[in-house]
Amino acid sequence: MVNSKLNSHQVFNLISEIPDPEIPVLTIRDLGILRDVKWDNNNYNVTITPTYTACPAIPFISNEIKRILNEYGIYNCEINISYEPAWTTDWLTKEAKLKLKQYGIAPPLHSSCAKKIGAESQIHCPRCNSNKSTLLSNFGSTACKALYKCNSCEEVFDYFKCH
Amino acid sequence: MEKNNLYKYIIRLADNALILGQRLSENCSKGPFLEEDLAQTNIALDYIGRAQVLFNYAAKLNNNNQTEDDLAYRRDEIDYLNFLLVEQANQDFAYIIARQFYYSAFDCLLYNELTKSKDETLASIAKKSIKESNYHLTHTIDWVIRLGNGTDESKHRLQNAIDALWTYTGEMFEQDEIDLNLSKNNIAPNALDFKANWLNTISTTLKNATLKLPENSFMMFGGRNGKHTENLGHILSEMQYLQRAYPNATW
Repeated sequence: MVNSKLNSHQVFNLISEIPDPEIPVLTIRDLGILRDVKWDNNNYNVTITPTYTACPAIPFISNEIKRILNEYGIYNCEINISYEPAWTTDWLTKEAKLKLKQYGIAPPLHSSCAKKIGAESQIHCPRCNSNKSTLLSNFGSTACKALYKCNSCEEVFDYFKCH
Repeated sequence: MEKNNLYKYIIRLADNALILGQRLSENCSKGPFLEEDLAQTNIALDYIGRAQVLFNYAAKLNNNNQTEDDLAYRRDEIDYLNFLLVEQANQDFAYIIARQFYYSAFDCLLYNELTKSKDETLASIAKKSIKESNYHLTHTIDWVIRLGNGTDESKHRLQNAIDALWTYTGEMFEQDEIDLNLSKNNIAPNALDFKANWLNTISTTLKNATLKLPENSFMMFGGRNGKHTENLGHILSEMQYLQRAYPNATW
């Protein structure tokens, strides 16, 4: 059954609240994974983009999109995985960065346009807000994070890398 | 003809990513310490993701109902077109770092050029991949410098690995008709154009690590045309096991 009452904007809103499976405090819209929804007179074409090329959340997110649309009687949807423009942490909104911090993940420090890669200094601890932290590893529990340790409260925390 | 060239070029790119990703994933749970274990497997995941995207594109170009899984898991050794460098065994941590160092320095330069490709799909894959490549190189250079300036043992081992793998670096700059044809059409770069850049990264880093640049000029070739060292067979016997034992198995 085709639910012809919904326009592409409404479909976008329906699926925009899907939480990211690895960072459930952010939605796929907050992260910039959900790019676009277009109606082509046959299908809703949903465009999503992975954070990293091998982002393992993409199949999960695709299934969630279909599941939610099915609940609204929409079965004619195509999911396109787009690589360009390449996902960047610059797409995280201020609100998303605040949510990350409250969740215990230090948000990306600067724009990815600065092209600085690898270890970064002056990452604020999301728990005690101290700016004295040490990089433990360039790579963390998921592709998008690095591991830091706070020198003040001594907690280990994730840092969302600039990308 | 043009399409065949592009297909083979994409397979070469994909095979480098797949085989190096497979090699690195062998370290999962065997890293020297937890953080480096995570780093190796993260890098492996980036490569396997890249291979998946490239195989997907190659399968579309070929248009004969091949899938990305057919290309990854159901070809024979002679059909794999990766560099000999990326199939070399892990041996010890120094070998893993030396192999990654030579390859990542090349990979960053290559993918940077590929972002300008006239082939839109290839350019978009490159724009995505280059960010990951840069991160791998930074991480690897840190290790080269740390091991080179570390203990006598770490310095000695890394110098050994740097020397042993040097002979596989020439192949990265080998240019055949496929490469020349694609570079003429602005689809792919001529790797010789950035060889001096690559050598500069290698020699500067080795100098900072108080290591010697190898002098041996004998280079091994063949991987790009399906002629491999014995290492590849061992990789494939493990990587393809499931699809060979249970053909067409799916999740």
